[in-house]
Amino acid sequence: MSTQVPAEREEPVGDTPAVRFVDERLGAAKVTRGALRYVFPDHWFFLLGELALYAFVMLIVTGVFLALFFSPSTATTTYHGGYQPLDGVEVSHAYASTMRLSFDVPMGLLIRQTHHWAALLFLAGIIVHVIRVMFTAAFRKPRELTHLLGVLLLGLGLVEGFAGYSLPDDLLSGMGLAIAYGVVLSIPLVGGQLGTLLWGGSFPTAGAFESRLFIAHVFLLPAAMAALIGAHLALVARHHHTQFRGPGRTERNVVGTPMWPGYALRSLAWMCATFAVLLLLGGLVQINPIWQWGPYEPWLGSNGAQPDWYLGWLIGALRLMPPIEPRFWGHTWAGNPFFGGVLLPTAVFGLLAAWPWVDRRLWTRDRLDHHLLSLLRDEPGRVGATAAFAAFVATIFLAGSADRLFVAAGVPYEAQVWVLRAAVFVVPAVVGGLAARAARRQGDVRR
Amino acid sequence: MRRALVVLLAVGFGGLGTLALASAPRAATTTTAATATTTPSTARGRSMFVASCASCHGQDARGVRGRGPSLVGVGALAADFELRTGRMPLAAPHQEPMRHHPAFSGARIADLVAYIGSLGGPPVPVVSGGSVRRGHERFADSCAGCHQIVGRGGIATGAVAPALQDATPVQVAEAVRLGPYLMPRFGPRQLTDGDVADLAAYVTYTRHLQNPGGWAIGNLGPVPEGLVCWGIAMVLLLGAARSLGERAR
Ligand code: HEC
Ligand code: HEC
Repeated sequence: MSTQVPAEREEPVGDTPAVRFVDERLGAAKVTRGALRYVFPDHWFFLLGELALYAFVMLIVTGVFLALFFSPSTATTTYHGGYQPLDGVEVSHAYASTMRLSFDVPMGLLIRQTHHWAALLFLAGIIVHVIRVMFTAAFRKPRELTHLLGVLLLGLGLVEGFAGYSLPDDLLSGMGLAIAYGVVLSIPLVGGQLGTLLWGGSFPTAGAFESRLFIAHVFLLPAAMAALIGAHLALVARHHHTQFRGPGRTERNVVGTPMWPGYALRSLAWMCATFAVLLLLGGLVQINPIWQWGPYEPWLGSNGAQPDWYLGWLIGALRLMPPIEPRFWGHTWAGNPFFGGVLLPTAVFGLLAAWPWVDRRLWTRDRLDHHLLSLLRDEPGRVGATAAFAAFVATIFLAGSADRLFVAAGVPYEAQVWVLRAAVFVVPAVVGGLAARAARRQGDVRR
Repeated sequence: MRRALVVLLAVGFGGLGTLALASAPRAATTTTAATATTTPSTARGRSMFVASCASCHGQDARGVRGRGPSLVGVGALAADFELRTGRMPLAAPHQEPMRHHPAFSGARIADLVAYIGSLGGPPVPVVSGGSVRRGHERFADSCAGCHQIVGRGGIATGAVAPALQDATPVQVAEAVRLGPYLMPRFGPRQLTDGDVADLAAYVTYTRHLQNPGGWAIGNLGPVPEGLVCWGIAMVLLLGAARSLGERAR
């Protein structure tokens, strides 16, 4: 029989009544003390993920404001408002309310533009963070799950961004949705049903879609992303940050600045810098002027319509893919958009998610924990492979703006497409080779 | 906005007035507006044509196979457009015609236009009135697929669809009716004269778009926006991060 041992009680701390009150009820002192003593490594690379975090905070704050004024309906209304040239035009409520936000709601345009810039920067922040993680092999054991959550977050971020771009029902968002619908339809076997399921009918007539998109954009996806961010950060804290090698730095410690008082202030400054850049852009640089694009109607289109930058690689893939549609037994098995719009992103994200295991196979080759980051010169093979992977996606990305390059510089479009088709294979090989060689050289110099 | 419209219309009418002074076929067909200092002369036009154009279009303007089309029946409309936008004379027969500084003075162009107009065909169109709002809808419908929704230009199969900010209202009307190079021509069944006037008003409007959001970065949409995100915002912030954190490893 077990003897009952009274559980040890934490001695409440705090010298003011308020602190005492909280601590006696929540036992917060222990947790807080732990958090305040948490040590962050000092290198500026470790700020990159926080950039995405603060952009996300800005997205939530500005997004709540926008949601108060936006009306997610494609029912028609007559536009009247601050923008004269469209006065009296039949538009959807979605478009009209976004116009009202831009011209009639005080601060509306500033908030709208800041929100859009924050979306661009959020994903850019994740990308630079991922690049840092990949090149320093921070994803190694025990951080594989942290990496997976991050990859998932990036994927949801792309969908969330696209949903936001699609909401205002302007010419660009309508054209984007038409492409997305085409991609969904191209999926083998289930494409047609999936399209009907998602859209609640067929594009563009299905009225149900706008409100679905809205709920996804302002509730489901942000909630999922916030949860993922929470879990990602909890795992980071659980394993502590990684660090670069250096005097006194081992696999068992973290050398750096504790949360309080040092790092919290640095991070606060970083948050202010992020917010400042976003608000300055929002106030000074015009983004997505939907009054110039005008409302969407299915028979309208514009040359040079583009997605936001983070989906440029998918448009690039759709353009580069030769026009094949596998056909046998009298049935077309996959529409052409399937390859660029579904297969490629699945492959890229699949590889990204599997990378920690690929890496362990090929370069790390042990099952130990790794808290010290790898340097470029440590593992030239990894550097080469990572660079090749990045170059592959970047080349496809470039193809996404080939038409603009054509207009701006007169490089013939068809020639570009052919050159880029070859480049998709050549550039990664060359870049990967050069990167690996540079890393090896650096290692030789050191030795 | 109303003031802008008035200004734009004024610009439109101004362009029209200038044209009325210079354009011979109008003078020939309507016989009223011939108050120019030198009256356009079909004879002068013909001799200029033989000197500058005949190598491709033939001595009698009936065309030269493989070099240039017949100009009989294209009218003053086509000649006025091609010459005032500097597309003709082409440097080489298979070149893509592009807008250039006109090769001749206004008076000499009037002579050439008078000559080609005398071979028959539509006169230089008259454009007046026009609503920016209706023009926007028409433009999105018929033109934006090539010229981009605010007329900043784009890519058409095999050609550049140019940016339209230099085109005058009359040139817009001419282009619509003529269908230069790979651009389709739109007859009065597809676009009425009223539609064309709306289009001209809209195209003129796109010269001075309203950009309440700030720096317009070319009014091109996501590509320059992405460039600003990476080239300005990210660069600034990486600089800030470097100065906040430790640099050496
Ligand atoms: C199929 C694509 C296409 C469509 C549709 C089209 N255009 Fe064009 N447009 C062109 C091309 C190509 C040129 C250049 C022709 C040349 O270089 O001779 C051009 C030239 C022009 C020009 C002359 C520009 C200048 O500055 O010299 C004007 C004006 C114009 N288009 C207006 C219009 C309008 C208005 C519409 C809609 C009614 C329209 N276009 C529809 C392709 C198009
Ligand atoms: C180097 C050969 C060349 C020369 C020189 C040349 N043209 Fe042309 N021109 C062409 C070609 C080729 C076209 C057809 C372009 C097209 O498809 O739009 C053309 C088209 C035209 C058209 C439009 C016809 C139509 O139906 O669209 C006019 C008007 C014209 N030229 C007038 C002139 C005049 C006036 C001159 C002399 C100042 C001139 N051209 C000199 C080659 C030439």
